[in-house]
Amino acid sequence: MTPTAIKTITPALERLARAPYYQPVADEVALFEAAAQKRLPVLLKGPTGCGKTRFVEYMAWKLGRPLVTVACHDDLTTADLVGRYLIVGEETVWLDGPLTAAVRNGAICYLDEIVEARKDTTVVIHPLADTRRALLVDKRGELIQAPDEFMLVISYNPGYQSVLKEIKPSTRQRFVALEFDYPEPELEARIVANEGGVDLEMAKKLVKLGELTRNLKGAGLDEGASTRLLVHAAQLIGAGMAPSAACIAAVARALSDDPDMNETLDDLVRAVF
Amino acid sequence: MFEHELEEKLDALLFASPSHRSIERLAGLLAPLPRRHQELVLHWAGVAAQTYAEIGYLIATLAPQVLTRLDEQDFAAWVIAGLDAYDKEGLRPAMETLRDLEGFIAVKEGRAFVRFAEIEPRLTRFVQGLAGRPLALKAGAYPWTDTETIYLPERLALGRSAEENRRLYQALAVLLWAQTHYGTFAIDLEAELARWPEREQALTWLAQLETVRLSACVERALPGLGRLLAEARGAWPAELAAALPELQAPDATVATSLRWLDHFMSAGAVPPAPSLHPRLDPATAWRVRNERIAREIATLRQALAALKSAAGGRAAAEESFTARRDDETGTVEILLAGEAVKLPDAAQAALHSLVLDLGALPPEALTPAGEGAWTPSEARGPGPQGVSERKADAYYDEWDYQRNAYRRGWCHVYEMPVKPGDGAFVRETRRRYAAFIAQLKRRFEAVRGEDRILGRQPEGEEIDLDALVEAVNDRKSGAEPSPRLFCRRMRNDRSLAAMFMVDMSGSTKGWVNDAEREALVMLCEALEALGDAYAIYGFSGWTRTRCDIYRIKGFDDRYDDAVRAAIDGIEAKDYTRMGVAIRHLTQLLAAQAARHKLLVMLSDGRPDDFGDEYRGTYGIEDTRRALLEARRQGIRSYCVTIDRHGQDYLKHMMGPAAFTVLDDVKKLPLKLADIYRRLTV
Repeated sequence: MTPTAIKTITPALERLARAPYYQPVADEVALFEAAAQKRLPVLLKGPTGCGKTRFVEYMAWKLGRPLVTVACHDDLTTADLVGRYLIVGEETVWLDGPLTAAVRNGAICYLDEIVEARKDTTVVIHPLADTRRALLVDKRGELIQAPDEFMLVISYNPGYQSVLKEIKPSTRQRFVALEFDYPEPELEARIVANEGGVDLEMAKKLVKLGELTRNLKGAGLDEGASTRLLVHAAQLIGAGMAPSAACIAAVARALSDDPDMNETLDDLVRAVF
Repeated sequence: MFEHELEEKLDALLFASPSHRSIERLAGLLAPLPRRHQELVLHWAGVAAQTYAEIGYLIATLAPQVLTRLDEQDFAAWVIAGLDAYDKEGLRPAMETLRDLEGFIAVKEGRAFVRFAEIEPRLTRFVQGLAGRPLALKAGAYPWTDTETIYLPERLALGRSAEENRRLYQALAVLLWAQTHYGTFAIDLEAELARWPEREQALTWLAQLETVRLSACVERALPGLGRLLAEARGAWPAELAAALPELQAPDATVATSLRWLDHFMSAGAVPPAPSLHPRLDPATAWRVRNERIAREIATLRQALAALKSAAGGRAAAEESFTARRDDETGTVEILLAGEAVKLPDAAQAALHSLVLDLGALPPEALTPAGEGAWTPSEARGPGPQGVSERKADAYYDEWDYQRNAYRRGWCHVYEMPVKPGDGAFVRETRRRYAAFIAQLKRRFEAVRGEDRILGRQPEGEEIDLDALVEAVNDRKSGAEPSPRLFCRRMRNDRSLAAMFMVDMSGSTKGWVNDAEREALVMLCEALEALGDAYAIYGFSGWTRTRCDIYRIKGFDDRYDDAVRAAIDGIEAKDYTRMGVAIRHLTQLLAAQAARHKLLVMLSDGRPDDFGDEYRGTYGIEDTRRALLEARRQGIRSYCVTIDRHGQDYLKHMMGPAAFTVLDDVKKLPLKLADIYRRLTV
């Protein structure tokens, strides 16, 4: 069997036209660029909604490479990443999966929340994440050597508590790890103001609320309000909602279903506004 | 009736009460009452004793005092209110209801009041949200703070409605938090107050002036709370008018308040009666503050010493630490050779707290602790005590953080059976929570029911389309098609073994023990539905030579009457030497064949043992070490605790995201099974 006998469809990938908004926090941009230059894969760790995905988008734009993002889930199989055969009319065609497309196009492939994916996906990730830099498409008997521009980026949230969802040391040790956290208050306020379309004064209050909820982590909340939630609240306020109503909907209710905890969160919202 | 007659009657009524032995004293208490009252008390104590002997006993004890406040009719109503509370909520709330005579009278008079116990969980979480450092809430005679604990009155009835009283509580808590946050105790107030012979008056003035200043601080940072405070207090008294502009200015400090104190006291002015008045106890606050500062400087210096030794022979090791303050945010960073260093969480918290207390870092905090420069307060522990005649079942090493080494074969473990109970508690729990258990089982069955579909099987109930397409394609291109064209449903094999480690220390006596037992019943019911392998062991002990491990359910035991009787028999024993218990149970868990292994600890507080040795840092470090050892054997651990002040050590001991703090022990039975489910999906 030769790969050429069958028609192959590789999705064309586009580059980002406009620069995504991103505020660097520390030296993550320089580290990522260095990793890209040395063709090293990157692991992003951090709580949900702290800007990991936005960072990858920004870096893809900055490096001028296309970006393929895959949100991993527990039914994600190797075939979903690598590709599969389809029958179109009388003809059999091969459709490249997102990972294969990224390898062929020299793109950045971002596997978001990698621990959610099925364990067998490590089979294809490992050879791409070490010096081999190759993708084996076993169904086609094809070994694709990744071009220099290809870059593998994965992310995970160490705050998840499930025993069944852990990133294995053999996987994590192939990656350069960048740790993310919520930005410093000043910076976070600027981000919330910019993304949410509110003035800095309002953004500072929202960030204050974020801090107060993060103080409750482990005492009834699994995680405090993420920057993303604060941006949502800001957007609602920008659309004309009253600040406390916006925060209760976008922050308090999004954080907890527990009635007692909701009372406390509402108290905190009222404390800030 | 004479004392001996009373004693005889009480004896007959209350023979089942555990307090029965003090009947004589009780008779002495009732003897001075008029005959009519004696008969009334005997009647109602008898009625209550039929429900629960201990309640009857309590009623008789309280009666002489209650009868000075209530007439006979109301006395009956008071007893019935207590029995109602028993029927609805159980023994402990019943006792509390009966003891709360003031509350009963307030309800009778139609006054709306709120009890501290009602708002405590909500307010504790709220203050934790606000606080820069852990603050505990406790009931006290009047509102004040020692800078680590906020004391609030047992009951508030100042407001017209319950809601208004709740807000008053919140306002008091906020003002007291503000005292600790905005530097009321930054100066030794005691020295300032000593100047005035009319100390009480000066203290009242100062408390009021500070309330003005702090309200303005709160208003600036948290406008919503500023409004709450303004509503709670109304307008400022006219006497304060002259001082308001200066006290409310953003640069006002406690020194500003002292200046105005001087002004008012020199003029001999009498302080106005305030509507909302937290009090000050400067002497206690100053002592607690200084102890904390010393402790935190020690913590910080230790962390710096560790950083320094980690830097090793590098040039940085020669440099000294400096502090840099960011004037905009007010945060302080520690620098080594011009670069900011990342401190461990405990040291970071100490740094934050020091800056709050002192405004800046004292120079001595920046000198790393030298070898033996700091000796922690924990004294050396006691020698072997209560050595058992039986040979220990196992010996375990224990980690001594001061030596940075293990003490070999230090702890003696005895595996003990639990004295089985009669099963009544478990039966009662299953009956009381029947609806909840049914719901729990359904939820867990849903997790188990997630079957997996295996593709590319030689046989199965459905065709695997992917495989078929490939086979067609292979045949077309002349290759041999695979015969594995089917899908098969497979029961999801979770391959998980869970060990539950139950705290049986003396501090769990009473409702914690009840909650633990109830929680275990729920858990067993749920896990039976799920089919995971699980075991339950209790632990307690008395010094290193007697670490007892109680087998409640082994991995191989079925959840049967014997296990239920063992759960029933779980009782509060002695101390909590956690490290050795973890090590022993880790051995049992590691022997399981399952792919994933989970150790869940139920506890009500930090590690502790007889004597001072294990208490404090030693115990926490040993427990942490034991958990790391377990981790190396592929065991994940998780801690469920009701220690509300556990945040500070849990994060260090368990690692981030590996613990849950329940604010109310009553929630344990309802939450434990769900916590387990969340851990394993």
